[in-house]
Amino acid sequence: MTPVSSKLYADDVSLLMVLIDTNPYFWSSMNNNTSFTFSKFLSHVLAFLNSILLLNQMNQVVVIASGYNSCDYVFDSSTSSMQRAECLLEKLEDFVDKDESLSREESVDGVGFSLLSGSLSMALCYIQRVFRSGPLHPQPRILCLHGSPDGPGQYVAVMNSIFSAQRSMVPIDSCAIGSQHSAFLQQASYITGGVYLKPQVSDGLFQYLSTVFATDLHSRGFLQLPRPVGVDFRASCFCHKNTIDMGYICSVCLSIFCKHHKKCSTCGSNFGEARKQDPSASDQRR
Amino acid sequence: MNNEEKRFNQEEEDEEEESGRGREAWERTYADERSWESLQEDESGLLRPIDNKSLSHAQYRRRLRTATAARIQKGLIRYLYIIIDFSRAAAEMDYKPSRMVVVARQVEAFIREFFDQNPLSQIGLVILKDGVAHCLTDLGGSPEAHIKALMGKLGTSGDASLQNGLDLVRDLLNQIPSYGHREVLILYSALSTCDPGDILETIQKCKVSKIRCSVIGLSAELYICKHLCQETGGMYFVALDEPHLKELVLEHAPPPPAIAEFAVANLIKMGFPQRAAEGVISICSCHKEAKVCGGYTCPRCKARICELPTECCICGLTLVSSPHLARSYHHLFPIRPFDDVSPLVLKDFHKLPKNCFGCQLSLLNPGNFPGPQVACPNCKQHFCLDCDIYIHESLHNCPGCESLRNAKTISDMEQ
Ligand SMILES: [Zn+2]
Ligand SMILES: [Zn+2]
Ligand SMILES: [Zn+2]
Ligand SMILES: [Zn+2]
Ligand SMILES: [Zn+2]
Ligand SMILES: [Zn+2]
Repeated sequence: MTPVSSKLYADDVSLLMVLIDTNPYFWSSMNNNTSFTFSKFLSHVLAFLNSILLLNQMNQVVVIASGYNSCDYVFDSSTSSMQRAECLLEKLEDFVDKDESLSREESVDGVGFSLLSGSLSMALCYIQRVFRSGPLHPQPRILCLHGSPDGPGQYVAVMNSIFSAQRSMVPIDSCAIGSQHSAFLQQASYITGGVYLKPQVSDGLFQYLSTVFATDLHSRGFLQLPRPVGVDFRASCFCHKNTIDMGYICSVCLSIFCKHHKKCSTCGSNFGEARKQDPSASDQRR
Repeated sequence: MNNEEKRFNQEEEDEEEESGRGREAWERTYADERSWESLQEDESGLLRPIDNKSLSHAQYRRRLRTATAARIQKGLIRYLYIIIDFSRAAAEMDYKPSRMVVVARQVEAFIREFFDQNPLSQIGLVILKDGVAHCLTDLGGSPEAHIKALMGKLGTSGDASLQNGLDLVRDLLNQIPSYGHREVLILYSALSTCDPGDILETIQKCKVSKIRCSVIGLSAELYICKHLCQETGGMYFVALDEPHLKELVLEHAPPPPAIAEFAVANLIKMGFPQRAAEGVISICSCHKEAKVCGGYTCPRCKARICELPTECCICGLTLVSSPHLARSYHHLFPIRPFDDVSPLVLKDFHKLPKNCFGCQLSLLNPGNFPGPQVACPNCKQHFCLDCDIYIHESLHNCPGCESLRNAKTISDMEQ
């Protein structure tokens, strides 16, 4: 990395962390059901990344792939300067091959989910390193280009990442490229003050990316960005990893369960005695 | 270095001579900052600054190890009253600019941290001055409201009455639900208490009401405070200086290990409402008004509500925002402390990863030798020391474990 202190940063210099979804099961379902293939997606994303780097010569782009079995950095504009596209595509191909070789399951029900929590955590570590590099640094933001359904098992990890991003004031923008909305990404963008967008027409992805997600954080104040279409605040129960909108909360540890249990599986509290001592509490249970 | 040492010795002697008399301003800066405490003697007797990065990192990791072991069960729905002593004693200037300002600053930081770590909990503020206790704010969950009220009421006068303060909060805390964890945190500046009756009786009543009382003193240890904390199961410490005070106050932010008899465990039925789209007009059930802004929808009866947390006024379901709950889950599933990579492994450095798995920083020292690094016991990925701190203090996820589907299922099966 060029020593950060030697550069002069204005408030419109961006560090864009792009998380791309490379889940092969998702892309094969997109292949079968729509005309929007992975290679089309990549050509849109590459054009977008190039335009970000052209907007300001000090802008920096880092790409992290969230795969089905692993996550990895595939591109960093501060280390690889020439032939961006070739460099990115080469690393991405290596990553996809490696990701596939890690697969242990023969068949997957449905599309499966990609490891969003892993790539989010890595992006946040990278951003912290940029923060540590000195008082002058580009303004970081995260853009999730995500299509796979949410993995309910990642609920706690994704929420932890969201809160850490919020504390460091890093907005998480998200663009849902699949057929469904993503509750994780809706919450991530809502909590961190980012933009959530689900494009109506996937073939026009570049247009959506360049009009909504290309502007730096400072200039966003002057734009009419898409308003949230509502936020899905459903949580995952700890017992079956189901997504629920109503459930039982352990008063000792706040674990969420989808049905009534006698004992909390997280903290071991027994819920029996409460009924005798506190009639108002048992009313609530009905 | 030796010269410096001599100079320090001289100053200490000077101070002894002057003790008892009022100190000059230039002397006070030495006495108050205690700059000699940040020096340490090495093997040859030379002085060197303590602030040594790897040493502090080692200390940090030791603390982390004990902390993860201790916090297994905790009463997360806490009802805490902060009693602040703003009597004459709080005007003392041994803390800069005064005890009152320093305490207010630390309480502000504490309130923010408290709500970050205890999402469903509530705080109330009580102030002791002129021999009476004023309830500044009622129990509530909004940090801004408390901070605003506190900053608007700065000023010291009269004596402090510990008994009046305890009586007031005991009445207030007796009204809360039985699953709540009752706590009082007292920031006490005075060296005496000016009470209308027998304070020992009040302390016994607090014990019966299962109120955990903790005191942080600003001047010197008081028997009555120590007795109060011992009887009610709280903690008593006297702060030495502002950083120490900050540390003592923030120690109360993470949930204390719940003592089973203190809070009754309960399963509470709750709903997680969806947030409606911005700009949709609907009539809310709480104010019975048509509103354009985005509200929330009760998942059971579909009534529109303006704010969370609340109780649905149609069906009575307790409604919370699920991210609010999720803020505390890192306490439930703490990630394991990372291991130091032993020098034996480091010798074999050609096999080691060259970059930190989290931030891609090179783990090699100048000269291409492996620098200090740590490894996750679960996924075996290597991290730099800065990522280690960030991962355990703020992120609460191991990036390595989160980016391995198979490793994750293995550790799930072990549990
Ligand atoms: Zn369940
Ligand atoms: Zn529990
Ligand atoms: Zn209303
Ligand atoms: Zn309702
Ligand atoms: Zn690192
Ligand atoms: Zn790990």
